[in-house]
Parts: sequence; structure tokens; C-alpha cells
Amino acid sequence: MKTRIGLWLATSSLTLFLIGCGGGEQKPAETAESKPAESAAPVTTVDPATAATITGKVSFEGEKPKSRQIRMDAEASCASLHKEPVYSEEVVVNDNNTLQYVFVYVKEGLGDKTFATPSDEVILDQKGCLYTPHMIGVQTGQMVKIHNSDPTTHNIHPVPANNREWNTSMSPGGSPLERTFAREEVMIPVKCNVHPWMKSYIGVLKHPFFAVTGKDGTFEIKGLPPGDYTIEAWHEKLPPMTQRVTVAAKDSKAVDFTLKATS
Amino acid sequence: MHCVVSCHLFRSMRPKIHPSPIRNRALHGFAVFTAACTFFLIIAGALVTGNDAGLAVPDWPLSYGSLTPPMIGGIFYEHGHRMVASFVGFLTIILAVWLWRRDDRSPVRRLGWLALAVVITQGILGGITVLFFLPAPVSIMHACLAQAFFCIVSSLALLTSDSWRTGARSIASDVPRISMRQLSVWTTASIYGQLILGAALRHSKTGLFWHLFGAVIVTFFVIWTVARVYKYYLSVAPLFLPAMILGILLAAQLSLGVGSYLVRLAGRDEVQPSAAMVAVTTAHVATGAAALVASLLLTLQCHRLLVPPKSELRVTSVPQEAAS
Repeated sequence: MKTRIGLWLATSSLTLFLIGCGGGEQKPAETAESKPAESAAPVTTVDPATAATITGKVSFEGEKPKSRQIRMDAEASCASLHKEPVYSEEVVVNDNNTLQYVFVYVKEGLGDKTFATPSDEVILDQKGCLYTPHMIGVQTGQMVKIHNSDPTTHNIHPVPANNREWNTSMSPGGSPLERTFAREEVMIPVKCNVHPWMKSYIGVLKHPFFAVTGKDGTFEIKGLPPGDYTIEAWHEKLPPMTQRVTVAAKDSKAVDFTLKATS
Repeated sequence: MHCVVSCHLFRSMRPKIHPSPIRNRALHGFAVFTAACTFFLIIAGALVTGNDAGLAVPDWPLSYGSLTPPMIGGIFYEHGHRMVASFVGFLTIILAVWLWRRDDRSPVRRLGWLALAVVITQGILGGITVLFFLPAPVSIMHACLAQAFFCIVSSLALLTSDSWRTGARSIASDVPRISMRQLSVWTTASIYGQLILGAALRHSKTGLFWHLFGAVIVTFFVIWTVARVYKYYLSVAPLFLPAMILGILLAAQLSLGVGSYLVRLAGRDEVQPSAAMVAVTTAHVATGAAALVASLLLTLQCHRLLVPPKSELRVTSVPQEAAS
């Protein structure tokens, strides 16, 4: 009988504890995630007089994938925001056969150099029941400001492998959410579980040498110290590609990538 | 001393039971209703996973800080699941108290309390899945405990029936060597094991080989069970009916398993879960649960209606005995 009573007490306590844990909306994470990553190493300052630039474009090779239409009919408030059909931004092949939303970044070559965390914030908006932009890059500790411009509720839920996972609801008209990521990670998928078509990616790096290709498929990485680098072009659906490049002081080099469709 | 006093007090709260057919029928009807709602709850849970809506509501036990969140998109499935679960929890409380007050069989009363303990644990596991972002082991436990709970309430529905309470028992001789009573237990255990493997595949996206291997084992046991019932107990309705239902469910489940694989394969590049994928995978989960309960009820009936064979009794004489 004592065992039984003990079991009931344990169950009740656990229930109360979990109720206490789960009540209300989640509070912003006040951990190392919220603060810029601190490092003992001195911050590297790149001399603008010697800084190099890498530019290029990312082309697509293979059979152009069929655009996949998003079905928003399950939620009228989302569907009403669009007069035209909305297509997935997973693989966007531009008219000039280049790719949009490719994350191009310096993968290797910077060694242990550390760089100052930018004070400007990166905006990620939920607009038309889509993430705008579809892909962003930030430095570790840099603020990501997340807006909800929609007349409906979203939850924003990054699913990182290296950083802390969180899941927060955002009501229409609510205050923007501010979050940082403490550790490097290429890439962190972000999703809204309320609207399963909503997906986005955040690239987190310790340095500022990255870019996301635009509607012309081009990118530009500026202010790079002279050196030998490995540059990677990362796409959410296509296999990544890396290239080695050496830049001297004031160099401006072109590095083009071609990502191939998988069969 | 305290224990003795509280035990006595607890027992004294239970009125002296005078079995009444009308009350029993009402209790049985309520148990059947609870089991039916549990089946619906399993379907609601499968819809949550199918629609990838498990984290559409970030908080627990409240939803968006209230009991009435906007029922849109994934919130509809997740909060809907919570509402059905709460209702089933409420029904289980009533069922446990009703059994405690009205059923004169101690094991059945204990099973009622077990159902209540399981449904509370299940609710807590559901909360943990939300608060810890769907950890696969907890999600798998949540899925498996749901099936166990469905088994308990379905058993209560059978145990409270008039036919179980007052019907004849030990009406036929069991088959020698591997008896029907043993075989039905193995069949039920294999189906439950297969449901665990299915839950692991669904929540961790790994283990397809083992799920397919499990399907072979379950098919073997179910066909063996159904064939035996067909051969020896064709005229024993309480055995024949669940066995035939089990056979039909196996055929449906194998088709749905193949269908689930194909729709997932076809939809692997889809932007969002397709209606076909959600429908087929949900039906696969629901049919698995129904097959488990059909097998369990058959097992219970085998243990009630079949007596161990006498060594001199010929197996071929069983149908005549069963018919009598």
C-alpha cells in the first residue's frame, strides 16, 4: 500500500512539475544563445587597402525541376494573401539558368582568426505565410530579428544540430522576436509547424565572409584578407560544391560554381 | 497502521455491490464508448504526426497560453488531439470509478485503475514530446503506450459484457502441443512488437528493414492463428469472429503498409505532406491498432473458452465439442 501511495504521489508531483514547466508561451532563451559569443583571441581587423573580393555566379546543370505549388487552401487567411499561385522556393532556377538561394561561404582558410560581431541585425519576416527571405546568413552572436507581418499565428522553430533548439509562437501584430546563435552551423533549417510548407535556412558562421545568391544567381564576398581559401556553395536540395581559390591583396577574383541536379 | 486505516476507509467508500443486468449493460456500453473514443484518439494522434504538426503548439498543457487557441493549420491537429485526449482521460476517470463502485470482480476494478494510470502517464509523455521537441524515444513510447491503453480499455469493454460475465466458459478443448491459448498470445505479442517497430520507423525514420521483418513474423502468426480457428473452431463465434476480423485486417494492413511506403517515396520531394500520404499512413496506424485489439480479444476468448487438452483427446474431436 505504501508503494502504491508513493507511486501516486510521484505521478502527481511529476504532473504538477510539467504543468509548471509548460504553462503559457515560451519565454525568450536567456542563455549563451542570446549573447554574442565571446572569445579570448584578439579580433582580426582586415585592412581595407589590402582586402580582396570574390565574386561569381552559381549555375544550374541538368533537367530543370518542376516548380512545386504550395497548397495554402487549408488556411484561408494564408490563401487570401496571394492572388497568384505560390511556388516552393526550394529550387529556384533563374531565367539565366543560375540558382537563387545558394549559400556561398568561406569554408576553410581563415584559421583561428576571429571577427567582430556586427551590430546590425538580420531581418527574417513571416509574410504571406512564407519566410522572407528564404535564406539568410549571420555571424555567431549576431541578432536575428524575426517579424510576423501576417494576419495569422505562426510558430518559428529552428532545428539545429549544433545550437540550442527552440520553438516559439508568434501572434499577428506581436512584437518581433530577437534571437542569436552561439555556434557555427551550415545550415539550420527553420520551419513553422502550423504551416508545414514554410521552410527557411539560416547559415551561422564565425566570420562575415558569406553571401546568398540572388535573382541573377550572383554573389559577392568582400573584405577578405589575402590567403588561400576553400569556398563552398551550399544548396538545400542539390549536392554542395567546393573550390579552392588564392587571393592576393586587393585582388578581385571570379569563382563560378555549377550545381548539378541529382537524378 | 495508517495504511490499514486508509485501506479500510477506501474500501468502505465502495458500496456493497448487487449485480444488476441493467447497470452492467450501461457500464459495458460506457466501456465500449471509451474504447471507441480511444480508437478515434489514436487516429487523431496519427494525423498529428502525418501532418508534421507535433510542435505546432509550442506550450503544454495549455495551447498558446489558452484552452482555445486559433484552430488553424497544424494547431487544428495538435490541439484537436489534446482535446480528444482530455475527453478520453475524463471518460477513463468515470470508467475507473464506475468499475470500482459497480464491478464485483477485483481484477477488473484493478484494470480500471491501471487504465487511469496509463492515460495519465500518456498525457505526461505527450507533454514531454512537446516541451523537448519530439525526442524520438519519448515519441515512440507515447505511440506504444497509446496502443497499450487501447488494449486495456478494449479488454474492459469485453470483460464488462453480459456474454463474458454470464456466458458459458470452457466450452471446447484446446489444440495440443502449441495450444490456441499460447498461439494467440504469441500473435498478439508479435503485433504489439510490430507496432513498436512501426512507431520507431515513423518517429526516427529508421528501421524499415526491421519493420518489414516484423511484418513477415506477424503475417506468419496471424495466418497460423486464423487457419487454426477456421479448422477447429468454426462454430465457436467468440473465436471465429475476431479471428476472421484479424485476417481481414492483416490483408488491409499489408496493403496499407505497401501504400504508405509508395506514397512516402512519391512525396519525398513534396513541399508539404500530401493528403494521400496523410490518409494512407493514418489508416496504416489505425488498422494496426484495430488488428492488435482483435488479436487481444481473441486471446482473452481463447483463455476463457478453451480448456487444456486431455492427452487422450483427439484434436479432430474439437469441433464437435465446440459445437455442443
